Amino acid sequence: MNIQRLFKRLKPGRGAVISIPYFWLLLFFLVPFFIVLKISFAEQDLAIPPFTSLMNLEEGGLLHLTLNLGNFDFILSDDFYAKTYLSSLQTALFTTLMCLLLGYPIAYAIARTDPARRNVLLMLVMLPFWTSFLLRVYAWMGLLNENGLINSFLLGIGLIDEPLQLFHNDFSLYLVMVYAYLPFMILPLFSHLVKMDGRLLEAASDLGAGPIKAFFTITLPLSKNGIIAGSMMVFIPAVGEFVIPELVGGPDTLMIGKVLWNEFFDNNNWPMAAAVATVMVLLLIVPIAFLHRFETRQLEGKGNE
Amino acid sequence: MNNQKLSPFLKGMLLLGLLFLYIPIVSLIVYSFNDSKLVTVWGGFSTKWYASLFQNEQIISAVELSVQIALASATAAVTLGTIAGFVLARFKRFPGSSLFAGMMTAPMVMPEVITGLSMLLLFISMQQLIGVPAERGFFTIWVGHTTLCMAYVSVVVRSRLLEIDQSLEDAAMDLGARPLKIFFVITLPLVAQAIASGFLLSVTLSLDDLVMTAFLSGPGSTTLPQVIFSKVRLGLNPEINALASITVLVVGVLVIVANYLMLNSQRKRERALAAAMRESSAS
Repeated sequence: MNIQRLFKRLKPGRGAVISIPYFWLLLFFLVPFFIVLKISFAEQDLAIPPFTSLMNLEEGGLLHLTLNLGNFDFILSDDFYAKTYLSSLQTALFTTLMCLLLGYPIAYAIARTDPARRNVLLMLVMLPFWTSFLLRVYAWMGLLNENGLINSFLLGIGLIDEPLQLFHNDFSLYLVMVYAYLPFMILPLFSHLVKMDGRLLEAASDLGAGPIKAFFTITLPLSKNGIIAGSMMVFIPAVGEFVIPELVGGPDTLMIGKVLWNEFFDNNNWPMAAAVATVMVLLLIVPIAFLHRFETRQLEGKGNE
Repeated sequence: MNNQKLSPFLKGMLLLGLLFLYIPIVSLIVYSFNDSKLVTVWGGFSTKWYASLFQNEQIISAVELSVQIALASATAAVTLGTIAGFVLARFKRFPGSSLFAGMMTAPMVMPEVITGLSMLLLFISMQQLIGVPAERGFFTIWVGHTTLCMAYVSVVVRSRLLEIDQSLEDAAMDLGARPLKIFFVITLPLVAQAIASGFLLSVTLSLDDLVMTAFLSGPGSTTLPQVIFSKVRLGLNPEINALASITVLVVGVLVIVANYLMLNSQRKRERALAAAMRESSAS
C-alpha cells in the first residue's frame, strides 16, 4: 500500500490526472442529461433548432420563464406511452430471462472444459460479438423471411405446407433480441463460473449430494454475482433497443426506443423526444445504480485480496 | 474450476448455442455468392455482388469515413480510458470518486437513443452559446464514440490493473523513481495487452455504431452503418451480404490472430517466471 501513500502526497499531480477523464465525462455525459431535462419542458417550434427557449428577457429587464409541462402531461395521459414503456420493460425482461436460461449452461460448459479447449470455445462464443451487430440482425432477415432459409427448409422436408409467418412479429423480435444480447450474458457468467473451486463440487458429491442438489446449493449461489451482472448488462440496453424492433419487429411492436426515434427523426418533435428520454432515464436509473454499486463492490473486493 | 467430463446435457447446450450463434452468419456468407438478386433464392454461384460492392462509391466513401472516425475515436478512448482505469484501480477513494465510477459504467449500458439525443442537445446548446461546434459531423461523432469506447477501455484496463502485483510499482518507488516514470516504465508495459484489446474493441464498437451516430452526424457525414441501415430497411440486399462476409472474414482473422498472440505471450511469461523461480531457489 506504499504507492497509495505516495499518490496521496502528490495531491496536485493526482488532481490533474483525475481531472482529464472526469471533466470529459461531466461535459459529454452528465451535463447532456440536464439539457435533455431542460428541453423536455420546451415546445416544438418551426425554427432551427426546432424548439422554444425557456427563458426570454423582455423589455424592462423582465425575465420570462416558460415551462411547458404538456409533453409530460401527454405521456401520462395518453395510454399509448404507458403501454409502450410497459411492453419495452416486458420485452427486456423476457430477453434477459431467455439469455440467462440459454447462456448459463453454455457459460458453465465452457468454464468446465479443460483450459486448452476453453480458450477456443470462449473465442468462438465471443467472435460474433466482435462482428457487426447490425449485420447480425440483418442475417436473421434472410433466415426468417417468408421465402427465407427456415421456411424453405421446413417446406422442403414436408413438415409444413405453406410458409410460416416468422418475420415482423413478436416471435422474430424476441428471437433476435436474445441472439444479439446473448454474449453480454455469457461473458460475465463465465468469468464468475471459471473462478469457482471445483473441489467444492467434489466435496458435495463425496458427502452424498446428487448433481442437481449440488448445483442448486453450491454452483448457483456462488455464481449469483455473475447472474446479476449479466442480467443488468442485457436488461438495461434492451429496454431502449431501436434497431431490432425497427428491422425485425412487427407493425404493432411497441418499443420505447423506436418511439423516441420517430418523435425525433420523423415528427421533428425534439421536446417530446426529450420528455420520452427523461422518463426512460427515470425508469432505468434504479437498475443502473444497482449495477454500479454491485460492480464497485465486486472490483474492490477483488482489489483487497 | 477443474475439468471433469461434461454431461451430455451440457455438451448439447454448448453445441446448440454455437449453432444458434453461427447459423445466421454462415447463411449470410453462403448467400453472398448467390447469383440471384433475390437473396434467399439460390440462382447459382457468382461473385458479382463483390464486384459491384467495390464499385459502389457511396459504400466506399462511407467505409473511408467510418475507418477514420474509428481510428480517431479508438486513439482518444484508449488515452482517456487508460487514465480512467488507472485512477479507478489505484487512487480508489477521492472526492467525487463514486460519481466518477458511475459515469464510467453508465455509457456501456445506457440505451443509445438516450445518449445520442442528449449529446446532440448538448452540441446544439453549445453552438447557441459559444458557436462551437459549428456543424454536426466528424467532430461530434468522434466525441460520442470516444465517450462510449473509453468506458469499455477503462473496464478492461482497470480489471487488469487490479490483477497485477502492485509490489513492482512499490519497489520502483522505493528505489527512488518518480510517479510519472513509474507509470510509463512499469505500469504501462504491464497493461499493454489490456490497452491493445481496448483499442481493438473501440475500433469495432465505433465501426458498428448506428444509433448514436444517427443523432450526431450531419448531412455530409454518412458512416457505413448508416448506409447499411438505410439499405437494409428496404429489405434484403445481396451487396450487403457481400459486405457482411468481408466483415466477418476480417474480424475473424483479426480476433484469431490477436488471441493466438496473447496466449503465446502469456505462455512465454509463465515460462520466464518459472525459470526465474527455479534460478532463485537454486542460488
